[in-house]
Amino acid sequence: MSSLTMQEVRKVYGTGENAVVAVDHATLTVGDDEMVALIGPSGSGKTTLLSIAGGLLSPTVGEVHVGPHEITQYDRKELTRFRREFVGFVFQGANLVPFLTAKENLLVAADLAGRKGKASDRRAETLLEGLGLADRAKNLPGALSGGERQRVAIGRALMNEPELVLFDEPTSALDTKLGEQVMDLIRTEVKGRGTAAVVVTHDSRMTHFADRVVEITDGRLHAPGPAA
Amino acid sequence: MKIAWRELIRKPSRFITAGGALTLITILLLLLGGLLDGLYLSATAGIRAQTAEIIVYSADSRASLLRSSIDPATRSAIEAVDGVQSVSGFGVVLLGARVPGRPELADVAVFGYEAPNARVPAPLPTGQVYADESLKASGVELGDELLLGPAKTQVTVEGWVSDTAFLFQGGLWGDESTWRGALSENRPDAVLPDGTWQSALVTVHDGVSPEAVAAAITANVDGVSALTKQEAISALPGVREQQSSFASIIGTTFVVAGLVVALFFALLTLERIGLFGVLKAIGAGSRTLAAGLVVQALAIAGGAFALGGVLTLGLVAIIPPEVPVQLVPRRAVITAVGLVVTALIGSAISFRRIIRIDPASAVGGS
Repeated sequence: MSSLTMQEVRKVYGTGENAVVAVDHATLTVGDDEMVALIGPSGSGKTTLLSIAGGLLSPTVGEVHVGPHEITQYDRKELTRFRREFVGFVFQGANLVPFLTAKENLLVAADLAGRKGKASDRRAETLLEGLGLADRAKNLPGALSGGERQRVAIGRALMNEPELVLFDEPTSALDTKLGEQVMDLIRTEVKGRGTAAVVVTHDSRMTHFADRVVEITDGRLHAPGPAA
Repeated sequence: MKIAWRELIRKPSRFITAGGALTLITILLLLLGGLLDGLYLSATAGIRAQTAEIIVYSADSRASLLRSSIDPATRSAIEAVDGVQSVSGFGVVLLGARVPGRPELADVAVFGYEAPNARVPAPLPTGQVYADESLKASGVELGDELLLGPAKTQVTVEGWVSDTAFLFQGGLWGDESTWRGALSENRPDAVLPDGTWQSALVTVHDGVSPEAVAAAITANVDGVSALTKQEAISALPGVREQQSSFASIIGTTFVVAGLVVALFFALLTLERIGLFGVLKAIGAGSRTLAAGLVVQALAIAGGAFALGGVLTLGLVAIIPPEVPVQLVPRRAVITAVGLVVTALIGSAISFRRIIRIDPASAVGGS
């Protein structure tokens, strides 16, 4: 069964002569437990495609299914609810809440989804332990290294046990060694939890961690090939 | 909201500017309000002290005790109006009083009255008066013999009463003869025949509307104008003007407070657009983020009010007694509610910007 299905998705910004096609008839399927690397040059449509997959943007045409949810027709409120319950995001530079501790950053996601209490507390602790951050739980992001911050962001993305986790250039701010460690961790976590993942990256050194690499150029997806 | 609260606690320096500005504004509001209340209370206490619901003046007096006169026939006519329970005479004369051992004259309002009121017991024997406690600041002591006006009419202070000043002059409350003597000896131009008072204080029967009885008195008794107590207070010279002037200043200050909050949160929201974008991307609704902003605005306003209130109490303690500042609980409540409403409105200015933050902005940025 697939966790993400994008069918003939097209995204056009502007109208008439000013229309810009960001994603053009993109069809992509990501199975459960599958990790797909999405690569492509700047301006190729990677971010737009990722945003559509995560319910941050609505496509101009086409259909998007995440698990059993057909999100194409969702309004803004429904998309907000969908994102907090079924999708995990890891952004460039981690983007943690700077005045919350590592553990609290994980609990934010649970709070937003209405999951409060000891169960959430325990899950955050378990995730941090699994990410090797048990002793950093009470540290603010400012006291964490780049790699540690990115691991906290991964924990936050996994907090609500999402069906799909989307990674936006997760290694762009890291050196090669740390980048590889983070990618290895991502692979371990998503595989271990049976979660589908799409990783946007422009770093070809990181693509071998994925099950599959998909390239996007001028908004068009190339036929998937084996991981590099 | 938990996030907003934690930000307040962990990043207090971020809110010091707005909190400091609102604290200063709170002090200004409380001092302005205190000054307004002090002026109002000092000007009107002699009337406010009355338990009578209606005060009747002669029609041509324009609601001034000093220009009014009610003769015995008019008084009888007032007593005959439906709804009237009792009528008593009331008058005042404003004079300077020589206080033993003091070179300066004390400004006094010598009241003549027949019936006790909320603050002053039944009249003492002729020549003896109750003195308002505000006169202690002029050196008046219990048992003092005060010499009133140019005629040096002698009265003896036999007791204290509080909050009974009139037009900023401390009240001296005596019987009809004491008042009439002070009036005739010192203000021969204003002397009144025996039995004639400046005004009549009217109480009404239980369950009867004072406004209706006042209207009936004015309609049925020739040559009089009956006002409810509140109308009589508002008719005192300068009271309405003071209230409207101060209300304008206080209102403007609240607007400034609102602008401070609005500007502060607009800047803070701009600063946090990236963070809000990320929170929206992971599922925070605009309403949740706006609620956090409101929590922060209310907390800042509450903190500013508490700190400003304490500082104002300290300031009032060192303000000279001749400045009529009075802090009353009602003013504190009005100021607190005003600040809360202002903070709500001010923070609401940023709601639109929060709503417009695109969650997709969290992706693709650094």
